[in-house]
Amino acid sequence: MANEAEVKGIATSTNGHNGHATPESIGQRPKLPIEIREDVTIRFAGDSGDGMQLTGTQFTNTTAIVGNDLSTLPDYPAEIRAPIGTLYGVSGFQIHFSSKDIHTPGDNPDVLVAMNPAALKVNLHDLKKGGVIILNENAFDEKNLKLAHYDTNPLEDDTLSGYTVYKFPLTKITLDAVKDLKMGTKEGARSKNMVALGLVYWLYNRPLEPTMEWLKAKFGKNEQVYEANLRALKAGYYLGETAELFSARYEVKPATFTPGRYRGIMGNEATALGFVAASVKSGLPLFLGSYPITPASDILHELSKYKNFGVKTFQAEDEIAGICSAIGASYAGSIGITTTSGPGLALKAEALGLAVMTELPIVVIDVQRGGPSTGLPTKTEQADLMQALYGRNGECPVAVIAAKSPTDCFDTAFEAVKIALKYMVPVIMLSDGYIANGAEPWLIPDVDKLPEIISKKRLKAEEGKPFMPYERDADNARPWAVPGVEGLEHRIGGLEKQHITGNVNYEPHNHDFMVRLRQQKVDGIGKDVAPTELHGPKSGKILLLSWGGTYGAVLSAQEQLASKGVAMAHLRWMNPLPPDLGDILKNYEHIVIPELNLGQLRRIIRDKFLVDAIGINKVEGLPFTPHEVVSKVEEIMAKF
Amino acid sequence: MPDTSKMPPPPPFKAGGSIAPPPMKAPTGPAKDLNIDIPVIALTAKDFSSDQDVRWCPGCGDYSILAQVQRTMPDLHVSRHQTVFVAGIGCSSRFPYYMNTYGFHGIHGRAPAIASGVKAANPELNVWVATGDGDGLSIGGNHTLHLLRRNFNINVLLFNNRIYGLTKGQYSPTSEHGKKTKSTPYGSIDHPLNPVLFALGCEATFVARSIDRDPKHMQEVIKRAAAHHGTSFMEIYQNCNIFNDGAFLDLTEKDVKDDHLVVLTHGEPLIFGKNKDKAIVLEGFNPRVVNVADTTPDQIVRHDEKNPILASILAKMSDMEGFPTPIGIFLSVDRATYEDEMTDQIKTAREKSTGDLKKLLNSGNTWQVN
Ligand SMILES: Cc1ncc(C[n+]2csc(CCOP(=O)(O)OP(=O)(O)O)c2C)c(N)n1
Ligand code: SF4
Ligand SMILES: [Mg+2]
Repeated sequence: MANEAEVKGIATSTNGHNGHATPESIGQRPKLPIEIREDVTIRFAGDSGDGMQLTGTQFTNTTAIVGNDLSTLPDYPAEIRAPIGTLYGVSGFQIHFSSKDIHTPGDNPDVLVAMNPAALKVNLHDLKKGGVIILNENAFDEKNLKLAHYDTNPLEDDTLSGYTVYKFPLTKITLDAVKDLKMGTKEGARSKNMVALGLVYWLYNRPLEPTMEWLKAKFGKNEQVYEANLRALKAGYYLGETAELFSARYEVKPATFTPGRYRGIMGNEATALGFVAASVKSGLPLFLGSYPITPASDILHELSKYKNFGVKTFQAEDEIAGICSAIGASYAGSIGITTTSGPGLALKAEALGLAVMTELPIVVIDVQRGGPSTGLPTKTEQADLMQALYGRNGECPVAVIAAKSPTDCFDTAFEAVKIALKYMVPVIMLSDGYIANGAEPWLIPDVDKLPEIISKKRLKAEEGKPFMPYERDADNARPWAVPGVEGLEHRIGGLEKQHITGNVNYEPHNHDFMVRLRQQKVDGIGKDVAPTELHGPKSGKILLLSWGGTYGAVLSAQEQLASKGVAMAHLRWMNPLPPDLGDILKNYEHIVIPELNLGQLRRIIRDKFLVDAIGINKVEGLPFTPHEVVSKVEEIMAKF
Repeated sequence: MPDTSKMPPPPPFKAGGSIAPPPMKAPTGPAKDLNIDIPVIALTAKDFSSDQDVRWCPGCGDYSILAQVQRTMPDLHVSRHQTVFVAGIGCSSRFPYYMNTYGFHGIHGRAPAIASGVKAANPELNVWVATGDGDGLSIGGNHTLHLLRRNFNINVLLFNNRIYGLTKGQYSPTSEHGKKTKSTPYGSIDHPLNPVLFALGCEATFVARSIDRDPKHMQEVIKRAAAHHGTSFMEIYQNCNIFNDGAFLDLTEKDVKDDHLVVLTHGEPLIFGKNKDKAIVLEGFNPRVVNVADTTPDQIVRHDEKNPILASILAKMSDMEGFPTPIGIFLSVDRATYEDEMTDQIKTAREKSTGDLKKLLNSGNTWQVN
């Protein structure tokens, strides 16, 4: 199948289907009982070349159309073409779907689809006790067993005892299905992921049509490949029907959603759309200067498509040029933005200082990944918080907002622009690899109801009055005077500015004043920060304080712990912190902060509020599962 | 949280009288071909000079460059408010403060990137970059490279004093091998870069060299650079009389300069020397200096601005023992600019469908919940 790195996430096939029908060509024999499940987590795992991201994405799209709430977690290796069959070449895609409202890609999977021994080895320990394993027995040959470091064949020893195992010769079934298509063995066997997908569709009673339509759109021009995939998909479905191995099929009923039109969306896509929306809403052109870096590149890819919205994308020579071009574009009157991940944010530090000094509106998006240095490019982490808040020379306050979920990226991007323009400041938006590549259903917002965005643009000179580029309005913002306007010619730069005139100035008092003014301006954003999102009792023993992408896991944990009096507050603005936070913290005996780092928010909370917060910390490159948070909180509670 | 009411009062400031814009001049509107406004009342060099005190050392070559740019601007028929000067950091990079146009004093080495953003955002603006040999070729070398190859319609003035002026005299990427500076007390072991060759290697479409002590020549080069549609790279030899005084004496002193300089003029033979008695000929790809008397006119190289191969050969001469240093326009060729292609792509996309946000948000994998 196609390159894994390219096919992760929700495909944008445009089918308008929301029916639940199974293709007539297949028919549906009501043989097996259908058991209702509330909540299921499936992990598709295989070799990087097995098309697992694509399989997962197709299952996700269909599941969305069936009406379940869902959340996904793609987990793929950094190598584009890792050697076949190796442990580090394993690619996985987890989907959690439910008839209830859910917030995470699930705890331990109920079902593991393992396409080879390496995939089994890497993922088995996560599988729920007694969980279901569907595997491709053809892949369990001596060579692959050795590559996966299995001394004996796990299908023949007791490795899998305690699980429900369904082994199928998926490769052989695929080859049989495509036999008369005159394909080579290697080529023909490529469609085996479709057999697996078809089988899982059957098991969970999902329609094949959305994937069939997608195959048509994707491979329609290549009749042979299209036909092979289609046959494999159907063969998988038939396999379920005829194998007589399964004792039941399962169904997860649609979740109750707020009525409206929904879209399956990934975080990076939502981020891109948020910026386009902000551009349309403000009437200002959008300019993106960016250098590719995982896991942020998809925002660049997305925005590069929207030329019809006048979006200008500039693939710069490096991250420094990315932000500097955004600053230049902002100086010239556009919404200047730049996208990156942690290593790139490090390179942008000096230019961020320039944006602080020149007081120009830009937005810097950091899609965090595992660090330090190159770290874990395709894995998630929340360890750039300190860098975003403090990683610059001088007293250099920057507003920082963090997105909490894939769909929230839309609102966060939009709000980041709104604040940047209102206060004439750079804003850092923190996302992370988990929400950037994760997908969930999105209630498409009503364009007419999006908030207004106001800029501080000066459109003409005031007659007889010299222009003062550093005068202030009620928000402490300076005017945005864009080249091209007669009478507003002025010079700005990174040297300290004289208050009001904006002339270069080295006087001690002036510098002290300007440093405080810039700080005060950023603090003043607090008046635009919404009240803190709070779940559970308004006071009590434990408050879980979360920020960014751990929102879903912490909320799920709080829901499970609610009966024990545990509450949760979630932070969206990391700088300035919401004005109501101090009072909220006072209402609880203990503040517990779960983070995917060694306690960066914890330090800030201790620093600002003198609260002895307790940390729940993990840096494995993976998000929290709700279960992890629950058990840590229970451990903490046991000590009181 | 600080509160302005409790903060010390802001220091007093002088609202410099001359910051006030000169009386409004109604523009005649865009000129037909040039797509720029032509002010009714012609501006003078003074109109382009800001109210800021110029703070270069007395005698610095930067003054001459500033003067030539200010003198040339009125002839370019551009208005002040449509003009932006962008710079990095260095003595030379203070340039924007002294121009009464829009100006951006950026960070060290990044002027080309900032300027690219300005030009991409608004292609109507006249964008200039002022940079130094350290700013543009050391810390910012990468950005200069990419600006030149992308060919934004931006004019680059690279002040080459073969030294780091602002940081008080360390050697630069253009300092000669063996040069003793504060950071090279035993002499520099770096091989110097030839900026013109660099620009040619970056596929710049306009590459020129001039010199602070030849105002007329510099003005001509600036005018040609401004008229060029694409990135114009001008290396300007500039004397830093404090840290590298006399670096270009051979090229500026009356009695010797004619023997060390050859002025490039399109279509003209390369003849130089006090008595116009020396010429450049080519033996294969190798230039040679000959006596005019010993050769025939058709053997003497005639300059051709459209020939990039010839440009490279001539550019190399300034590094070669016994050869004159060429000044003038090495190359001037046409290639589409980045911003023109960017604008075209957007125009084409918009002709197909103008962006409809509602439609965009509702695209992709969507479904209805009732
Ligand atoms: C990031 C950074 N590094 C170093 C400096 C110090 N610095 C300022 S100007 C300069 C060299 C300037 O040399 P050049 O560009 O040749 O300008 P000149 O002063 O000679 O005109 C250096 C090293 C700085 N300002 N910023
Ligand atoms: S140090 Fe040199 S380059 Fe800088 S202003 Fe003085 S003379 Fe000019
Ligand atoms: Mg210099």
